[in-house]
Amino acid sequence: MTATTNDQEAAERIAQGVPVVEFDHVSLGFEEHQVLKDISFKVAHGETRIILGPSGGGKSVLMKLANGLLEPDSGEVRVLGWSLHTMTQSEIFAMRAHIGMVFQESALFDSLNVEDNVAYRLEEEHLPPTEIRERVLEALRFVELEKAIDKFPSELSGGMRRRVSIARAIITKPDLILYDSPTGGLDPITSNTIIELVVKQRDVSHTTSLLITHRLQDAFTMATHRYNQEQGRMEKIPDGGIDPNTRFLVLNEGQVVFDGTTLELAHTSDPWLRYYIS
Amino acid sequence: MRLASPETYAKSLIAALQEYALLCAHAFGDLFSKPRYIDDIFTQMDSIGVGSLPIVVLTGFFTGCVLALQSATSLKEFGAVNMTGRLVALSMVKELGPVLTGLMVSGRNASGMASELGSMKVSEQIDAMRALGTDPIRKLVTPRLVATVVMLFFLTIISDACGTAGGGAVAVGLLHLNGHTFFTTAYLTLKMGDVVEGLVKPLFSGFIIASIGCYYGLKTTGGTRGVGKSTTQAVVASSVLIILMDFLVTQLMIGIFGR
Repeated sequence: MTATTNDQEAAERIAQGVPVVEFDHVSLGFEEHQVLKDISFKVAHGETRIILGPSGGGKSVLMKLANGLLEPDSGEVRVLGWSLHTMTQSEIFAMRAHIGMVFQESALFDSLNVEDNVAYRLEEEHLPPTEIRERVLEALRFVELEKAIDKFPSELSGGMRRRVSIARAIITKPDLILYDSPTGGLDPITSNTIIELVVKQRDVSHTTSLLITHRLQDAFTMATHRYNQEQGRMEKIPDGGIDPNTRFLVLNEGQVVFDGTTLELAHTSDPWLRYYIS
Repeated sequence: MRLASPETYAKSLIAALQEYALLCAHAFGDLFSKPRYIDDIFTQMDSIGVGSLPIVVLTGFFTGCVLALQSATSLKEFGAVNMTGRLVALSMVKELGPVLTGLMVSGRNASGMASELGSMKVSEQIDAMRALGTDPIRKLVTPRLVATVVMLFFLTIISDACGTAGGGAVAVGLLHLNGHTFFTTAYLTLKMGDVVEGLVKPLFSGFIIASIGCYYGLKTTGGTRGVGKSTTQAVVASSVLIILMDFLVTQLMIGIFGR
């Protein structure tokens, strides 16, 4: 699987309406603890799937499965139609060119500065230095962090590190972005800045994404807001509107307890879900 | 604290051995396919080789000094003090040079590799690397393996030379022996088998240091405490394995060269 054929094939599959992510009866356990039990769901192109659920419910594990960082004990994970369990390690590494991932604690390379962190993937592809520099600046401009280009991760605040991590994830214009608790451990104002960036990426680039969050207000902000490109800021969708491409998946004790739209979640009759979202 | 049953312990030991063997095979196999991280190999050569030079030079030199002092005292009793050069050269080239250099580099670099990779592991940087499409074994382990094997070979030669020079300095400066006799007997006593034995050992030691350091680094769990534990385990395991390897290679070389 070369990079070029991979790109063409991915574009064709998206055009054919193949789900970007598909979990088919996936289960995974560590030692005696079953983390995910028979998980099935699909994420269509352009969709933002918000994953909610109590801590320890298997959300981060699910994210790692979607990126091939973990292998399921049973079931099948398909990304852009490629079944991960039939792929070799080198094919999975090539496939990851289509996926950007924002880690819970940013996971920036602490021995590299912001520029080299963001440019990492482009340097691995041996692109010309001038092109790399331009694209790094473009990505940093998107997250409004151009001034920090020469800083090292240890010199950045938690919020800035998340923004660099987002810049690193979007620099290759991936077909899928995985956000693992991008607002975890941040204050409400910084969290809002990060959510605004996620909404901006959703509405400007229309990239498919999976987002884990523990903050319900972040999830509902994403569902009820849009990015106004003219004014350069996030705004509430008028008349109580809801973004149609934002859907929810709720996990509890390793099982899917809800898979549906914002309205369906808001009007659920399930007592546990009602308790959880209240 | 619950004690593990013998069965669980044996299983975990075999699983660890399997994991280590797979890591070594993967890292070695990556040498024969692209992409190759040549820049990283040179960076590691600088860090492991040039960085270890002072410690290796000093250790080698003073080991040679002590060796000359000790052996001259014993040889004097037999009226064979002129054989000091022969004893110093043989001991340094065959045994002390390779083993002490291996142990010194292990203390400095196996710990460095385990702590660096361990910190990357616990802060999810290894996962981030994989998520960015880079194979961490290819990028982090293979360059360290190549760099350590190559540089330990040359560091051992330097250590042998410094040890012999140190022995010579003590022989001439403190024991008032003839310098020409010391170095001539040292040179004449070394046979091809001795030199081969002394130069084969660092190849194995280098492999042990890098593979053990990286193995413990990559299997680190449990935050900063885990990093500390991995670092200690890497130094202990690599030091013991270097001595064990030394015994096996010496036995093999005696079998081949008969000395």
